[in-house]
Amino acid sequence: MKFIVSAIITASLAFSLGLFLPWWSVAIAAFLSGFFIPQQKILAFLSAFIGVFVFWGGLAFYISFANNHILAQKIAMLIIKNNNPFMLIALTALIGGITAGITAFTARSMALLFKK
Amino acid sequence: MKYAIFIISFFLNAALIYVLGTRNVLPLALGSFLSVQEGIWQNAEATDVDFNLDIKTSSVLGKTDVYLDERLVPHIFAENENDAFFVQGFLHAKFRLWQMEFQTHAAAGRISEIVGDKAINFDRNQRRVGMVFAAENALGEMEKDPATKQAMDSYTAGVNYYIRHLSSSELPIEYKLLGYQPEEWTNLKSALFIKQMTNTLAGYDRDFEFTNALKILGEENFRILYSDLPDSLYPVIPKGTAYATPEIALAPPQSADSLYFMRKDTIHFTEDFKPDPSNGSNNWAVSGIKTTSGKPILCNDPHLNLTLPSIWYEVQIHTPDYNAYGVSFPGIPGVVIGFNDSIAFGFTNAGRDVKDYYEIRFKDNSKEEYFFNNEWRKTELRIEDIGVKNTKSIKDTVAYTVFGPVTYDKSFKTDLTEEKAYALRWVAHDSSNVLKMWLLLNRAKNYDDYLAAIRHFNAPGQNMIFASKSGDIALWQQATFPLRWKDQGLFVMPGTDSSYMWKGYIPLEQNPSSLNPASGFVSSANQRVADSSYPYFIPGSYEVYRPITINRNLTEMHNITVDDMKALQNNNYNVFAEEARPILLNYVNRSSLSTEESKYLDLVEQWDLYNNANDKGVVCFIAWWDSLHANIFNDDLIRDKIPVIKPEKFVLLEALKRDSTFKFIDNINTPEKEDLVAQVTSALKKASLMLTELERDNKLEWGKYKNTTVYHLLKNNAMPFARTGISTGGGNGIINATQHDHGPSWKMVIEMTTPTNAYGVYPGGQSGNPGSYFYDNFIDTWSIGEYYKLWFMGTTDTTDNRIKWKISFKPA
Repeated sequence: MKFIVSAIITASLAFSLGLFLPWWSVAIAAFLSGFFIPQQKILAFLSAFIGVFVFWGGLAFYISFANNHILAQKIAMLIIKNNNPFMLIALTALIGGITAGITAFTARSMALLFKK
Repeated sequence: MKYAIFIISFFLNAALIYVLGTRNVLPLALGSFLSVQEGIWQNAEATDVDFNLDIKTSSVLGKTDVYLDERLVPHIFAENENDAFFVQGFLHAKFRLWQMEFQTHAAAGRISEIVGDKAINFDRNQRRVGMVFAAENALGEMEKDPATKQAMDSYTAGVNYYIRHLSSSELPIEYKLLGYQPEEWTNLKSALFIKQMTNTLAGYDRDFEFTNALKILGEENFRILYSDLPDSLYPVIPKGTAYATPEIALAPPQSADSLYFMRKDTIHFTEDFKPDPSNGSNNWAVSGIKTTSGKPILCNDPHLNLTLPSIWYEVQIHTPDYNAYGVSFPGIPGVVIGFNDSIAFGFTNAGRDVKDYYEIRFKDNSKEEYFFNNEWRKTELRIEDIGVKNTKSIKDTVAYTVFGPVTYDKSFKTDLTEEKAYALRWVAHDSSNVLKMWLLLNRAKNYDDYLAAIRHFNAPGQNMIFASKSGDIALWQQATFPLRWKDQGLFVMPGTDSSYMWKGYIPLEQNPSSLNPASGFVSSANQRVADSSYPYFIPGSYEVYRPITINRNLTEMHNITVDDMKALQNNNYNVFAEEARPILLNYVNRSSLSTEESKYLDLVEQWDLYNNANDKGVVCFIAWWDSLHANIFNDDLIRDKIPVIKPEKFVLLEALKRDSTFKFIDNINTPEKEDLVAQVTSALKKASLMLTELERDNKLEWGKYKNTTVYHLLKNNAMPFARTGISTGGGNGIINATQHDHGPSWKMVIEMTTPTNAYGVYPGGQSGNPGSYFYDNFIDTWSIGEYYKLWFMGTTDTTDNRIKWKISFKPA
């Protein structure tokens, strides 16, 4: 339960901060949730990873679907030499997820330093 | 342990964010690039996008409403002209910002700032031909005229309003790809845009190659191979027109025989960034006596490099004073080709040589002094600072002489052991307010207004076509063209004194023109403007064949409708092949051919002379003729490391028609004496080798061979943004001038009825965003030769269902 809540909190924070901050706001969101939500480090990683993976992947899919995948096909061709839009959506989700996951892991490790 | 874990994960974390946030490790900062809230996803425009917008700004005086129709064409209804230009600037920026900036960066020689050191030579070239110098001169003149300055200021303010309110997520995708930010727009950038067009259309020049060819061939042979007066010339202004005798008769300087025509050496510099010699256009206007409606029809299709985003942006501008519709250039205010309530106007390129090189003698490597009129004169040194992405900027010193900038000297092409220096004299450097012409044309009501408008235009020389609802049709070749003595400017000229300088310009009223001719039509297609009876020396690079087909058709046509005119713009007939094919077929030695070679010969023989997309004969014909051209001229002309240029194709055709023993036929490098039969047959055999390969790759059909492609401005670096493999007919010398990546960049047919019956199409779309449906949605219509009906919206049409969105501007 805490795992899911943590994922949702990370994603919501990332979304809100992303409204006015650059892309690394996902790291800030993950840092905050990782630091303040007590759980195992690996679970902190996973929950932040999944939260942002779903957020970035989901939003990218939503945008791309509404766009008829016009742009995703072109960008996918340009940077991964494959015009499958879902590859680009997956790459997007992965980059957001990993950034958040590792940051949450770091934040949890840091929080544990202050714990007696 | 927990410290170790933290430290390791911290550094891993920092490294990850660094890598994803910089372009120093991966070619893209993938974090920001793929961010869903900031990166490229924000450029993926929903297919049901909403463009409605309300803007309040102190930059406008009155209320302006922009109605965007289903093709995303804006219909701007403004209470005054300057507000209209503010809004046009805003719209250009909103839909085409990256392109506007990229093209003006290119004009100014600033591409290295964006793409890095691979563009340094391009940038240096732009600086050294004086593009910025030219733009500054033009801007000075434009800003002297209060109305022009106001128009430019308003336009610039509109562009900048958009840029200032642009969030990082809305940045055009090319900025995200290349990793830079837009800068403020300025009036100078508009001037730079005009100069870039001037270079495209009046920057083609063959002085170096001609100088070399003269040296290699001798004067008599040079004149045979590089004539610009074909037997089949169909000039813009018909043969037999009487011209006034010039008041000034010019003669070559005394020294010309020894210093100019009998030059001792060849020149090893080549102009690397020559504009495409195919840059040209068709235009014609037929009078009411030849049309079904009884009203004139005006047609224009400018042939340029086909690019995405397109060079053109369609727009309607309605003010209390006028109502104009047509295509505009993102980068300058106004309608560039189009029509208003009273008249229509269009352009083709004059193709005249307005660019000469003078050999300069510097005192020393400092380039501070050069020898002129028996003394050492100071140059003006302009230090060019060329910014280069990811590394430090480089400096280039360009010396300015009385002629203009010294484009080529030791410091530029260092791979060549060249001691000489060459200064450029070019009309593009002269100050003039060419924008004024468009501002006046947009509001012109009749022929006199058109005449008053075009006087402001000095370059690039254009055939300016005109038709009015009152029934007039007209055409002027307009610009300031240098007065030349015979042969002046064909070759590099001595620059050590003033005797070879231009002595003035041809008086404007003596530019060739035609008003309501008895033939019932006027037309131009980049051919020589007049025959040899025109009393001025007018060298240039001229088309021969398109005008023949156009004039042949227009002469025969009666009861013309807009559909007839569309069909003529899409006409694929190859009049060159009509004359050239008999030579190939009559002189080939059929008994010596292999089965394969005979097959290609049959394809040529059975071809219907139309360059249609599915035809194979056209590819075989072109390969064969080109091979013959090389067979006949290469041995006489090609010398190691000496730049020359191929003679025009009419030269060979007309020479062979006159004389099948034309003196260049023999290959001087072989002991045998080749005759025309031998050369035509060997040309087919050589061509067959290439044709066999093409056939194996399934590229023998013209459309497949040609593979018409609309490239993105970043060319091969952004191929997914291009449209490739468009199957089209046409080609070089064909009315439908569509080549591989070049051709009709806007096709327009305007019937001057009330209401105006107008059609147009361009191979692109109104949006410059590769993530928009509107990026390339016109291409399919364009490629099959169809048109859109241009909606000349009226003030009472505001509830018409063609309107999809509205952007309104109100004073704050």
